[in-house]
Amino acid sequence: MFGPIFCKPASSKNYKTGSWRSTHKPKFLHQNCIGCGLCKLICPEDCIKGEEKNKYEPDLEFCKGCSLCAYICPKKDIIMEPER
Amino acid sequence: MKRKEFLEGSHAIAEAVKLCRPQVISAYPITPQTHIVERLADFVADGELKAEFINVESEHSACSVVLGAAACGARVFTATSSQGLILMSEVLFNAAGMRLPIVLVCANRALSAPINIWNDHQDSMAVRDSGWVQFYAENVQEAVDLIFASYRISEDPKILLPVMVCIDGYILTHGFEPVEFPSEEEVKKFLPPLNLPFKLDVENPLTLGFLGAPDCYLETRYALHQTHLELLEKFPYFESEFKNVFGKSINLKIESYFTQDADTIIIALGSVCGTIKEVVDSLRKKGEKVGLLKIISFRPLPKTDILKNLESAKKVLILDKSISLGCDGPVYIEIKSLLQGTNKKIYGFIAGLGGRDITLNTILEMLKIADTNPEGSYFLDVKKELLRDEL
Repeated sequence: MFGPIFCKPASSKNYKTGSWRSTHKPKFLHQNCIGCGLCKLICPEDCIKGEEKNKYEPDLEFCKGCSLCAYICPKKDIIMEPER
Repeated sequence: MKRKEFLEGSHAIAEAVKLCRPQVISAYPITPQTHIVERLADFVADGELKAEFINVESEHSACSVVLGAAACGARVFTATSSQGLILMSEVLFNAAGMRLPIVLVCANRALSAPINIWNDHQDSMAVRDSGWVQFYAENVQEAVDLIFASYRISEDPKILLPVMVCIDGYILTHGFEPVEFPSEEEVKKFLPPLNLPFKLDVENPLTLGFLGAPDCYLETRYALHQTHLELLEKFPYFESEFKNVFGKSINLKIESYFTQDADTIIIALGSVCGTIKEVVDSLRKKGEKVGLLKIISFRPLPKTDILKNLESAKKVLILDKSISLGCDGPVYIEIKSLLQGTNKKIYGFIAGLGGRDITLNTILEMLKIADTNPEGSYFLDVKKELLRDEL
């Protein structure tokens, strides 16, 4: 007998795990962004979309609020703000 | 051609694995397992076995390598012992959950601390809940035969479970025995090339080991357990297939030795059964109705067969070479739960930890304790002079 043991790739998209975030979420200020893309590279959830300067945005349906994007941003153009 | 050779246990197992034509082998050396993969590495280096032998930096990696290779549809082999097996344990649970056919030989050895390289069953007992099938061999011939059976069972499209063949470290790995091997043709007939119904393939991407959220995790574990139960029903089929191809019998569940009319039955696993058979033989000559029930498949546990073979017994003595610290011996715990509601007297014995010899006298001591003491769990051969209440 078999239960579910394999599936089509990218199945984690079916699980919107952003609700696991507890206290803070990132806010992209879009003021001093130089478009280096480090925020997108470091994101463990791969949930930051965008290509150009001042166009990066996190997908809060998947973001866990780890704050690595705010930590790595060389221009401090991402801040962590309290949920709600 | 069938052939018979006088070989060290480890080398006999390597010969059997070679006959099964694994495509990927990965292992990390650890006593007393080392000679098995050392010999397999020789076969690969000498071109006698066409396989990838992948050297790794730990047992966790060795098991991960064979897991990955199995997920790509390759027939794989690994072997380990003791600390190596528990370092693998994370991957062991994954391999079973992912339903990958892997054959692993565990050369049973004690766990640290204190560090000890000698035999007991603590390592494999510690991973008994991993979902792997576990066989315990009494001698080298049985271990060799179990290798062929293990590949066949693990690769059966309705089973797809990893299988662990447990052999007592040193006693079997380093002992010499005449061993009979089947011909290459017979093994090829018994083990057609592996055809995994799902596998990692760049042309048809699949995710294995996905997130099993509360909506589906339970079903994967339920199915794993059900498959163990289905395997119990299917053991006679594998036994008859084995006999059809190799022309000799194999026991996959249990072996009963003079249990039919026995008043007293000893239950044990592995090589110590040879010693117990000696005791049974000598007591039978004196007219005492003693028998042995050897458990070969510990996972799945053949409960019905065990119960059936204990019918005549008034006393059941269980010998464990491991202990669930703070409770009792694992085999004793399980047999006791099986026998609830019967009026049999049940005794548990823990002996042989860390390579302490289990002799004929140890077995006679068990029988003596069961004659004169209340039911319960007993530790044998404890040297009281090494113990103190305060440091």
